[in-house]
Amino acid sequence: MTVARSLSASRVAVLSLAALIASVVPLPAAVGFLRPDFVALLLLWLVLLAPRHSGLVYAWCMGLLLDAFRGVLLGQHALALVLIAWIALRLRLRVRAFPLLQQTAVVFALLWLNEFVVFWIDGVAGQPVTDWMRWLAVPVGAACWPLLARLLERTTSRT
Amino acid sequence: MPRHEPETRPLLLGERARGLPLVVLALLSVGLMVADHRQHHLAVVRQWLSVAAFPFQWAAQAPLAGWAALQERFAMRTRLQAENTRLAADNLALRLRLMRFASLEQENYRLRGARESTARIVQRSLIAEIVRADLDPFRQRVLVNKGTRHGVYLGQAALDAAGIFGQVARVGPVSAEVILISDPAHAIPVQINRTGVRTVAVGTGRSGQLSLPWLPQSADVQVDDLLVSSGLGGVFPPGYPVAQVTRVERDPTRPMLAIDATPLAALDRDPEILLVWFDNVIVEPEPQAEPAPPAAAPAAAAP
Repeated sequence: MTVARSLSASRVAVLSLAALIASVVPLPAAVGFLRPDFVALLLLWLVLLAPRHSGLVYAWCMGLLLDAFRGVLLGQHALALVLIAWIALRLRLRVRAFPLLQQTAVVFALLWLNEFVVFWIDGVAGQPVTDWMRWLAVPVGAACWPLLARLLERTTSRT
Repeated sequence: MPRHEPETRPLLLGERARGLPLVVLALLSVGLMVADHRQHHLAVVRQWLSVAAFPFQWAAQAPLAGWAALQERFAMRTRLQAENTRLAADNLALRLRLMRFASLEQENYRLRGARESTARIVQRSLIAEIVRADLDPFRQRVLVNKGTRHGVYLGQAALDAAGIFGQVARVGPVSAEVILISDPAHAIPVQINRTGVRTVAVGTGRSGQLSLPWLPQSADVQVDDLLVSSGLGGVFPPGYPVAQVTRVERDPTRPMLAIDATPLAALDRDPEILLVWFDNVIVEPEPQAEPAPPAAAPAAAAP
């Protein structure tokens, strides 16, 4: 996979906004819980594959916005996203050389960690959601990764 | 001093994963969470964030709303006429019932004496539109398009045409988050209409189900019993329908009954709800009226 280049700040802003909106777009209740965490996916893509616009501060701000959007505890998603962004930053050079399947596995692990941190904080705050179905969003998100990565690549390489 | 950083810079692409920013940002998040959860210091920040987020939350549902509006616009004349006729018939039936209720209310008023009379009956209501944004699929919460600017307050009761819907859990200037009675973190004090037994109905996380976990085996409950709000706790106006009992399981090995109930409000289908104001006068039991007044359950209000 080639590295996407020259991602302008405005483009990142548009993509971020799209991810935030996609995370609250109404879906039928039967599939609503399968919605992948688009914000985390976009963040991972930016960190792993697109240079320069990665960064922990970006992750933190997106997390905070997501918290505000979904009306949960402020800082919850921020912490989770900063954590996975940091790990992704460390693994970045290796992951970029991975074949797609292996890359997807890394993304799966990071998405799971993200979900776990959110779940854990919910538990500490005294309002856990123990439904096992909440974990289904993680494999769905990982399954989206190959497609999403390619799509994002295409949108950026047109510039 | 020799410089050979240019070789490493492009490879590492500008930024390296240092530990310090992570620790700082993580601590900042934890601080935020503690401030938000424990002390509620962030009310103002939250309000502003909610204002900033609202347009996007609204935009998320705009395509759906637009489609509905378009359908409305091109609705068939015949369908509209049929709907009109149906609504007129409904209106007539409701007026008829209301006539009977007027006399019943008078009678009730006389029977109870002037004390409790009309207190705690809904006096004013505000229609709030539900913004169809999915906040969290595992929590039963909705966003509505009214906020403090319209007089909405924290803990305000929300009803729909069929019964009690929920209460305001968070309020911003232009929007509010309503927690439904079926949210797992919500409990509503209720009364069985047939017998007057008081208990608490807690949410299960599924929109069509409440559960009544605290009724002893000896309690008189039947399937199809109507649960109305008891008004204890002062959040909900008393006497409004909440749910209907759908299952009563008497397992003698357990101390409590397992009871399920279905909320009467259309929790997952309502396009709009009513936020209500009522005179919240807590009537003190008269000291010498009765030696042993019916044991008022501890006011178990919602969170």
